[in-house]
Amino acid sequence: MRIDLKQPILDKNDKLAAELRQRFAENHVYVVDLLASPGSGKTSTILATIEALRDEFNIAVIEGDIASSVDAEKIKSQGIAAVQINTGGACHLESAMLKRAIDVLDLERLDLIIIENVGNLVCPTDFDLGENIKVMILSVPEGHDKPLKYPGVFQIAEAVILNKVDTMPVFDFDEEAFNDSVHQLNPQAPIFRLAATKDQGVAEWADWLAERIRQA
Amino acid sequence: MHELGIMTGVADSVVTAARNANALSVEQVTLRVGEMTEAIEDALFFAFDVIKESEPLLAHAELKVVMVTPLSRCLECGAEYEHDRFHMLCPECNGSFTQLLRGRELQIDNIEVELPDEEEE
Repeated sequence: MRIDLKQPILDKNDKLAAELRQRFAENHVYVVDLLASPGSGKTSTILATIEALRDEFNIAVIEGDIASSVDAEKIKSQGIAAVQINTGGACHLESAMLKRAIDVLDLERLDLIIIENVGNLVCPTDFDLGENIKVMILSVPEGHDKPLKYPGVFQIAEAVILNKVDTMPVFDFDEEAFNDSVHQLNPQAPIFRLAATKDQGVAEWADWLAERIRQA
Repeated sequence: MHELGIMTGVADSVVTAARNANALSVEQVTLRVGEMTEAIEDALFFAFDVIKESEPLLAHAELKVVMVTPLSRCLECGAEYEHDRFHMLCPECNGSFTQLLRGRELQIDNIEVELPDEEEE
């Protein structure tokens, strides 16, 4: 006998994500899920973003890592609430893990939560966390051909940050080819050129994000 | 490699549905998977074989994966077109504002189960 299920595989995750999205909306918290490879400068970008936005917004950070809490410690040292989720080997965050972190935050007094997803260009793309937007970071040393190898993450992103642009002279990075590939994959996504540790290009990205938060 | 996680979810849903129907076994599981997702066909089969071993109801089940070709609509000229993962722009007018109509599915379509005797209606 055939049984028609027509059921989304990630049903459980998606339902929980929808609940979280509702909670975020009720508390007027804007949530950014940040996707990138290990070593692309996620934490530096978050620190630079916090610096640019902390006068206007109350910010918290959720750090997803396979193990350790070094990133969360860095954020906390800046006087920003940071919750560490150790995925215990899992390659991406799921709504259930995020919920546990959200439960310890005081949503009422927050305006912005930045989620640093596990460093991985593949797995996190399929998992809704209830965020407002996903943003992806690619760093110059990773190479301009990454959009062709990992199209999914470039497609799901609302904006793309090209980080470490100050290293462009050292690496054979074809920026035009990169921009073309991103445009083919995700025609509407803006590309922000950053060197997060040098405070280069941060203002433009932070302004764009701030506008999103104000309008939400 | 999150296919194992995906398949664990599939197995949970399939086993629940099969138990609710009082099935003796599951013969086939059909999934619909959009090409725009990160689920890789080979890895899904591999994960399914792993999970089968620990779930008696699924011991003889076969997996069928229907891959879904992405379809988009151009919001500028209205054209609808199929495309691969890499080319989202409208092939008619080169427009950038497009809407994905199909291609991100991750769905259990149906299952075939063996029931005790003929109590099928």
